[in-house]
Amino acid sequence: MAKISGTVEFNIEACKGCELCVEACPQDCLAMSPDLNHKGYHFAVLIDDTCTGCVNCALVCPDAVITVYRERRPTSSRQPAVTSEAAI
Amino acid sequence: MTRPHTEPQIQIDSPANQDYELVYKRPDTLVDIPMHYCPGCGHSVVHRVLMEVVEELGIQSETVGVAPVGCSVFAYDYLDIDMQEAAHGRATAVATGIKRMLPDKYVFTYQGDGDLAAIGTAETIHTANRGENILIIFINNGIYGMTGGQMAPTTILGAPTTTSPKGRDVAIHGNPLKIADLLAILPGTIYVTRQSVHKPGTVRKLKKALIKSLELQQQKKGLCFIEVVSNCPSGWKMTPVEANQWMEENMFPEYPLGDIKSPSSQDEQ
Amino acid sequence: MAETLLMKGNEALAKAAISAGCDGYFGYPITPQSEILEYMSRELPGAGGVMIQAESELAAINMVFGAAGAGGRVMTSSSSPGISLMQEGLSYIASAELPCLVVNVNRGGPGLGTIQPAQGDYFQATKGGGHGDYHLIVLAPSSVQEMADFAYLAFDLADKYRNPVMILADGALGQMMEKVTFPDYDPKQHKQPKPWATTGKTPERMRNIITSLHIEPEKMEMINRKLQDKYRRIEAEEVRWETIQTDDADILLVAYGLTARIARKVLDMARDSGQRVGLLRPISLYPFPYKPLAQLAEQLDLILTVEMNAGQMVEDVRLAAEGRVPVEFYGRSGGVIPSPEEILAHLESLRNDVPVRGAPKTTQMEPVEP
Repeated sequence: MAKISGTVEFNIEACKGCELCVEACPQDCLAMSPDLNHKGYHFAVLIDDTCTGCVNCALVCPDAVITVYRERRPTSSRQPAVTSEAAI
Repeated sequence: MTRPHTEPQIQIDSPANQDYELVYKRPDTLVDIPMHYCPGCGHSVVHRVLMEVVEELGIQSETVGVAPVGCSVFAYDYLDIDMQEAAHGRATAVATGIKRMLPDKYVFTYQGDGDLAAIGTAETIHTANRGENILIIFINNGIYGMTGGQMAPTTILGAPTTTSPKGRDVAIHGNPLKIADLLAILPGTIYVTRQSVHKPGTVRKLKKALIKSLELQQQKKGLCFIEVVSNCPSGWKMTPVEANQWMEENMFPEYPLGDIKSPSSQDEQ
Repeated sequence: MAETLLMKGNEALAKAAISAGCDGYFGYPITPQSEILEYMSRELPGAGGVMIQAESELAAINMVFGAAGAGGRVMTSSSSPGISLMQEGLSYIASAELPCLVVNVNRGGPGLGTIQPAQGDYFQATKGGGHGDYHLIVLAPSSVQEMADFAYLAFDLADKYRNPVMILADGALGQMMEKVTFPDYDPKQHKQPKPWATTGKTPERMRNIITSLHIEPEKMEMINRKLQDKYRRIEAEEVRWETIQTDDADILLVAYGLTARIARKVLDMARDSGQRVGLLRPISLYPFPYKPLAQLAEQLDLILTVEMNAGQMVEDVRLAAEGRVPVEFYGRSGGVIPSPEEILAHLESLRNDVPVRGAPKTTQMEPVEP
């Protein structure tokens, strides 16, 4: 099966650095930045391109700072899911 | 200096991007301001999942919530729905008043362990016993977080808090109160379940439980009670990751996850 | 059509509340007000309202909170110990500015006290009662007719000011039977729109939040100022009182509720023996009729306040008199109802001590200090 490619966006200023997304990521593609946001938290970042857009990080994120995208595939019958329907 | 990437490698500007489609974003019904909760707190996850459900069911204009006294006292700052703030422990009485005036609205309370299972025990039990068609969302993290980490009615034996500094001792402090099990024996409850939000899979299950509860409420089947066994990294003095691990190892044996009472299991009886 | 019946005070009040469009009643049994609860159980559901016998007065007042916040015209009733339990909720209701009616059929206290009538809850009713700076509007009926009349008035005032209104009766008024006429009253003409109620956030408006929590001190002070502005408005517009034969009076009796009926008898007896005695009956206890009392004080030699307690309203009477006239007190408490004869005897004993107006005071009465 072809590997699904995805990516995530973080609202880094709202991230509180709890690291739960890093823990939840099955691809180990998230890490905490050594940089600090304006609140003084190390924020989560994507560190490589193995993200599959599985949404796990966003599901456990207490501060709802993660937006998840998945690569469009021409053969996919999936409707663009604007809400978190895909999370179920 | 070696440092991991600090920027996403793939830059996405908008959901309209040619190559990528949006699969998950913060629900619009969750007000776009930072929540006051500590890093890693389960409250904010439950808030978000609840608002996802409200948004997906399209019931924003049909839903009225009741916030408690406790860490989630400001829940109405984040949930973009009509809400009332109850006195400590009285959330289900307030919800009863709302529901009886507006029987066709979805009404829920959102309460912590001190609010629901200590000061508000009478209201909790009698609201359940009346079979009010409301949903109670009960966050059980075994501690009074807001006031600084005192012992809660649900604090497990041995757990240290600021008012049980040597650990909860049954001879001194009594036993942890399993309020969900108590409520499950009442005929007024239709659905009593215990969930958590520390893993992606458990978050998905919570969401299903919320949807099921609201459907049962619409059918006026009785009271639904969702306990969420949750963490308190600040109160437990652990990192969020440690707290979730401690919760799995110590809280779950006392408060096992899963349905305690559900319509299907009742039908089988 | 107006209707005249012979009814108990408690039942007359309940009947009036229903015809005033009561949407919800939440209560708990306690003597001597249980007839209200029972009447509501019988009659309110048929009239389209909701009645719940709550598990406690705590739950009852918080059901009132929720139902009032959801836009209902709602009420509760209790008697003294139960009203004490409701004080937390009343403070929240006052702060969140929710309209509702609370009936206190006062019994003797403190503590579990007695089930007999008393007026010992005056301070609690008029000065707030719970924590923080707030007031209920307090109406004191003196007859079964007023038990009914004030139910309509209380709901209307509650809506007008978004403020809890208390009817402060007592066990005797609740239990006695009298003739009572119910007016024509169409709730539809009186109920106010409540755009602030939590009825579900529609796309046209922001979400409605009903709360008494304002963590920033400046915000909380702003809320307090808003409440105080409202109380000043209520004090300006809603003072209610009755005066009887005060034109030529040099002695004034001040009494409310049941005691005012007894004082009326004292007045008649005193007038029969040629004494120029008048009566001022405060009808609204908050706002208190300070001004009419102050005006009368100019012409008086003596004020005697009569209460079924150890002396509570007398403090407000002294505030009103501002030292212009001696203010004396006569009271019985613990559920004992004073007789007209004993009040008159006390009045006459005082009268002998009262100096001629303007002459140096040589009585043993305590200095008057507001």
